[in-house]
Amino acid sequence: MEAALQTNVQTCYHCGDSCVEETILAHDKTFCCDGCKTVYELLEENNLCNYYNLEENPGITGKKPVAEARFAYLDDAGVEAQLINFKSDNIAKITFYIPQMHCSSCIWLLENLFKLNPGISETTVNFLRKEVSLTYFPQKTTLREVVTLLARIGYEPEITLANTDGKKTSKPSRTIIYKLGIAGFAFGNVMLLAFPDYVDFTQGLQRTFGSFFGYLSILLSIPVFFYSARGFFTSAWEGIKQRMVNIDLPISTGLLALFLVSIFDIVTARGPGYLDSFTGLVFFMLIGKYFQQRTFDSLSFDRDYTSYFPVSITVLKENGEESSTAVRNLKVGDRIRIRNQELIPADAMLLHGRAMIDYSFVSGESEPVEKVVGEVIYAGGRQIGESIELEVVKEVSQGYLTQLWNDTVFSKDEKQNLHTYSNIAGKWFIIVTMMVAAGALIYWVPRDMDMAMRAFTSVLIIACPCALSLATPFVHGHTMRVFGRNKFYLKNTGVVERLAKIDTVVFDKTGTLTEPSEAELTYTGKQLSEAEQRAVLSVMRHSTHPLSQRISEQLKGTSSPVTGFQEFAGKGLVGEVNGMLVRVGSAAYLGVPAEKQKDTLKTTVYVSIDGKVLGYYTFYNVYREGVQQVLQELGDKKIAVLSGDNDHEEARLRELLGKEAELSFNQSPVQKLEYIQQLKARENRQVLMVGDGLNDAGALKQSDAGIALSNSVTNFSPSCDAILDASAFDRLGTFLNFSKTTMTLILLTFAVSLVYNVIGLTMAVMGLFTPIVSAILMPISTLSVMTFATLSVKYAARKAGL
Amino acid sequence: MYIIFLMIAISVTVAACFLGAFLWAVRSGQYDDDYTPAVRMLFENDTEQQDTKQQKKGSKLYPEAKT
Repeated sequence: MEAALQTNVQTCYHCGDSCVEETILAHDKTFCCDGCKTVYELLEENNLCNYYNLEENPGITGKKPVAEARFAYLDDAGVEAQLINFKSDNIAKITFYIPQMHCSSCIWLLENLFKLNPGISETTVNFLRKEVSLTYFPQKTTLREVVTLLARIGYEPEITLANTDGKKTSKPSRTIIYKLGIAGFAFGNVMLLAFPDYVDFTQGLQRTFGSFFGYLSILLSIPVFFYSARGFFTSAWEGIKQRMVNIDLPISTGLLALFLVSIFDIVTARGPGYLDSFTGLVFFMLIGKYFQQRTFDSLSFDRDYTSYFPVSITVLKENGEESSTAVRNLKVGDRIRIRNQELIPADAMLLHGRAMIDYSFVSGESEPVEKVVGEVIYAGGRQIGESIELEVVKEVSQGYLTQLWNDTVFSKDEKQNLHTYSNIAGKWFIIVTMMVAAGALIYWVPRDMDMAMRAFTSVLIIACPCALSLATPFVHGHTMRVFGRNKFYLKNTGVVERLAKIDTVVFDKTGTLTEPSEAELTYTGKQLSEAEQRAVLSVMRHSTHPLSQRISEQLKGTSSPVTGFQEFAGKGLVGEVNGMLVRVGSAAYLGVPAEKQKDTLKTTVYVSIDGKVLGYYTFYNVYREGVQQVLQELGDKKIAVLSGDNDHEEARLRELLGKEAELSFNQSPVQKLEYIQQLKARENRQVLMVGDGLNDAGALKQSDAGIALSNSVTNFSPSCDAILDASAFDRLGTFLNFSKTTMTLILLTFAVSLVYNVIGLTMAVMGLFTPIVSAILMPISTLSVMTFATLSVKYAARKAGL
Repeated sequence: MYIIFLMIAISVTVAACFLGAFLWAVRSGQYDDDYTPAVRMLFENDTEQQDTKQQKKGSKLYPEAKT
């Protein structure tokens, strides 16, 4: 508040925005808009002002009013049944995804929802997943009322078509935690039982109780072998079936040898076995796996068009009555109404109204497209301006956009990445191990049969590349966290390795290289006098056309009264200001002859005053801050741009990207996908695709690593391997370089673990490998690998400025 | 020395109890969300007389024992 007073700008008590446009004073507090004030009053009435005490200005801005009629579809029993998790006569449970929640105040308010609606019995927030589990009484309230309440206080749940798919979001897997718990339990206890073997003064104890301790250890290790370590065995077996050697194969051989030799030793009373090492190794490796699995729960990387489309739509009945229908039930011939900022869910023909369709997310065209009555509008566009009426011509599942998802790329399973560092290392490991083991066998058999067996098995045991298998998860896990701190969220740790190998970067233009919400404006022609400029501005202010609004945003100043204002759909505006007749619009509207028009591909708006054409405004894309820097840092890689837009920006892009870059325009989603396929197949490139919209979805999926750029990471983004917050776009080059560095770190970690393996192997072939040696070597090597991996990534990240 | 049999039996049983408690905790979902409960425990229990209009700014997030 102090800062606000000093700068003399009031900040909204509710949402913390500065009150620029209007300031509402109420209840001794300032609000930036009516929406915020209403929420405050609602909370105050219900004694929920604690909301404002937990965090300062926790609210979500209420500037965008919520059209509550929109939720009418939730009254539909069919929709309700699809959304709800559980329902009986007197209780119903549902889980909402609410991306807006951001602070402890949000948690507090959402968990006190029952005070605002007595029909709600309980709400539980999972902050990391941004989910709210809500229980309510169906007799007292309805689903619609609950959602409306949430929307009214600023937490509108995201309900999309994907929610009604019947796929209930799976609970996070707990298996790894169970496995860890059991392995840890066994490790601790077996370690205690093995202790008498290591020190001299307990030798007597060992003699008396040795076999009891041994059998107890076996008992404790059995669940570890069959449950905790099962993942390694199955993975190795899968590898063998596909005739591939993966890192889990040498691990499994090692574990198997450890376990069997120990049982043999104990049963035949030869010695205490290595069960403490066995359980310890499984425990440490599971820690590595757990570390690798922890990802960003609240982000969704596998979204298809169903998460983009709304659940319901307003359908007009024959008598003109409006009703809400689930999008899934839309049929050909239905008449639908689309309001400002709503999505068109199915390919449909325009019947009424002026359609200005923003396709930037779907096709990559940067400016809204105007459609006239009778034209077919493809699904996925967003209407801007007045509400329009359309007739559905294709069902949702048959639409132009949804066809993209029928491409085989999307039905393919995530391919198992076999050429990772650790798998390659694993292959060499097993070859070398087998050779050393065979060598030991050949050397010892003529001399000492017993020794030969011991040397052979201990080579297998010591060569278990457990430290090796820990290196990758730890280095990658830490890298992923470093990236996450810098607003670059990876789907899983495997992406780091793929990023490191990238040699080609393909960008989408609209929304990726350019800032979607901004456009640069230039005026060409006869200089306008101040009075003329004001006249133009005054006329523009009257129009809701997006282009007019952009121009009037740029031309600052006050407006004068306009008389005789008229707007012609698809053409332009006319109005009289202080006796000047101002006409603004397309070249055709102002009668500019075709040969005089310049830059026909650019979006231009002509201006005429008193019948004389004075000049025109041209819109340019605004490139994101840092584009230049990113491109410079990617200098050693091949760069390409795929744009769904026309080529009017070619010259500027060329200047930005240099001569080498490949530029393609007017690319359809399928063409983008094929382009990536070709790069991979013909030139054998490792391709990174950076895109933002649905039109990039195919390309993102096809590329080796697909990054979706998003202004708000919880918003919809197409399925991808990583989500990059737009504010961190300028660091893309740094991210790529850093993933390369981490591969070096993994190699270094391999080297560290190799030192231990060489020491161990030497002792093993000499027949000196004993339980005490294994008990010392095993924890030291695992712990030093873990520490080295952690510290080296931290150090490298600091050096790279991440 | 045969007391060792008994002692080890007891120690393993106790450890197994803790393992059981751990598994039970995982099963009941305590490990699904490791952030929200930490915030939730700091919320004050509401009472009716709370929420006078002017509340001190600085006094946020500290638990007060209330009945």
